[in-house]
Amino acid sequence: MPTDESTDDAPPSQASQASPDAPSANGRLDDSDGAEGDVDASDPTAPTVQPKLHIEDLHFWYDDTHALQGISMDIQPNQVTALIGPSGCGKSTLLRCLNRMNELIQGTTLEGTIHVDGQDIYAADTDPVMVRRRVGMVFQKPNPFPKSIYKNVAWGAEINGYTGDLDDLVEHALRQAALWDEVKDQLHSSALELSGGQQQRLCIARTLAVQPDVVLMDEPASALDPIATSKIEETITELKKDYTIVIVTHNMQQASRISDETAFLYMGRLIEMNPTDQLFTRPEKDRTEAYVTGRFG
Amino acid sequence: MILAGVLFLATIFGVVVLVTLLVDVIFSARPWLDGQFIQSFPSRFPEEAGIKSALFGSLWLMGLTALISVPLGVASAVYLEEYAQDGWFLRLIQINIANLAGVPSVVYGILGLALFVRFAALGQSLLAGALTLSLLILPIIIISTQEALRSIPTGIRESAYALGGTRWQVIYSHVLPMAAPGIFTGVILALSRAIGETAPLILIGALTFVPFLPQGALDQFTALPIQIFNWTARPQSEFEGLAAAAIVILMILLFTMNLSAILLRNYFEERRAGT
Repeated sequence: MPTDESTDDAPPSQASQASPDAPSANGRLDDSDGAEGDVDASDPTAPTVQPKLHIEDLHFWYDDTHALQGISMDIQPNQVTALIGPSGCGKSTLLRCLNRMNELIQGTTLEGTIHVDGQDIYAADTDPVMVRRRVGMVFQKPNPFPKSIYKNVAWGAEINGYTGDLDDLVEHALRQAALWDEVKDQLHSSALELSGGQQQRLCIARTLAVQPDVVLMDEPASALDPIATSKIEETITELKKDYTIVIVTHNMQQASRISDETAFLYMGRLIEMNPTDQLFTRPEKDRTEAYVTGRFG
Repeated sequence: MILAGVLFLATIFGVVVLVTLLVDVIFSARPWLDGQFIQSFPSRFPEEAGIKSALFGSLWLMGLTALISVPLGVASAVYLEEYAQDGWFLRLIQINIANLAGVPSVVYGILGLALFVRFAALGQSLLAGALTLSLLILPIIIISTQEALRSIPTGIRESAYALGGTRWQVIYSHVLPMAAPGIFTGVILALSRAIGETAPLILIGALTFVPFLPQGALDQFTALPIQIFNWTARPQSEFEGLAAAAIVILMILLFTMNLSAILLRNYFEERRAGT
């Protein structure tokens, strides 16, 4: 009897917690246990880590423009995933779907599902504000608030009802973004006095201060000079330890330098997603090869 | 070269007319402008006449109008710009507001007379006058506030939302403070329009002879433009001088308001750049 088997599989603690009127919950737990067991048995090397982001059959429209046409992908935790592709391929659109930024634009439609840690972020009862607190975002142009450096970093934490020591949090976030040493003596002067590269690292610090799990970056270095760019790239590599990072970039060298996995998008579709080394040296698809070798794009 | 010359003449034309007008007014006003003029109530003897009640009436009117129109106007603009969903209804409201900004002030006077003086039974009071002037300048405040809100860069809104801000948190912490200089400029320019309006006040029945100061919002009143209108209508030539003197006072008031608009805008722009 299958029911008996699955009940036996369930850990005793869960079995005892399960009330008689919640058999479905108990059943779901058993199913997932069973599935993991199957994978382990057939392929012991398969990663057992749950993907941080699970995107399934995602479609997106701006009015009548079908910008994303059925994208499915998994993004692994504590990795840098790069989204590359020619202009207008939908990589920024995809990125902005991951923290529900696109719904601030009127006339857009989304179909499909995105799960963060198994939670459907587009479910009817999911608050987009809560999604954005878990999935932070750094934009293409550095856009600090016209306030002090300190207030820029502290604002996100303040509105989140952060109860700890704000000074410590600001320092920690600025250190993580490798900006602390440069600004520690001028925390209360205007953020607009910083250089472009410093402003962008401030924007990263500001995002980190909300303590998200995932950080999305939309061409964060495209408006910066090479030195500022390399500092941002160093910062990203450091951040990987604590965060899952998804970065959109036009710059293929940058993608190959900093990312663990790369997804190539073209005309609203995911053409190929593979470990970065493999995608750049042994691409599976002709179109990927044409793009990464610079034959179009 | 020729075009530049024509354009220069066009520019100078307005300035010359304005300066002539000003010089003429100041010249006629010169003998009447003194402390006594400001401290006296109106009188049928030109030497004893003053604008105390008109000046106080105008200041009361401004204060009440600002209290009514600024919260209403800014709130409407925030709703229209930040909350309302795009659609035929929003466009209908927008077109209406734009049209209302162009309606002659005398029409607002008729509306004020029917609505506030008669229907709401406020009588010929300061409050009725302030409500009427508020209606008159609401479209201006709404439109200029909307412009100010629209000028906030998308990047600021987006990054505030991306940090987990709710709509109101984003508006309150970032959008409104950044739009403040523009909003203040619009509000003060709208109020300067209200302070010069005569027609609606005549229609709602502001008095022309008021030998007392208003003690509350429900008192009867007069205002500077009404006093000027009244004096210019008199046959004796001395009253022309009195009217000119009152015009000078009104202009000083207007100039002060515009100056404070500029100073406030600069102050907020500095704050916007700094902490």
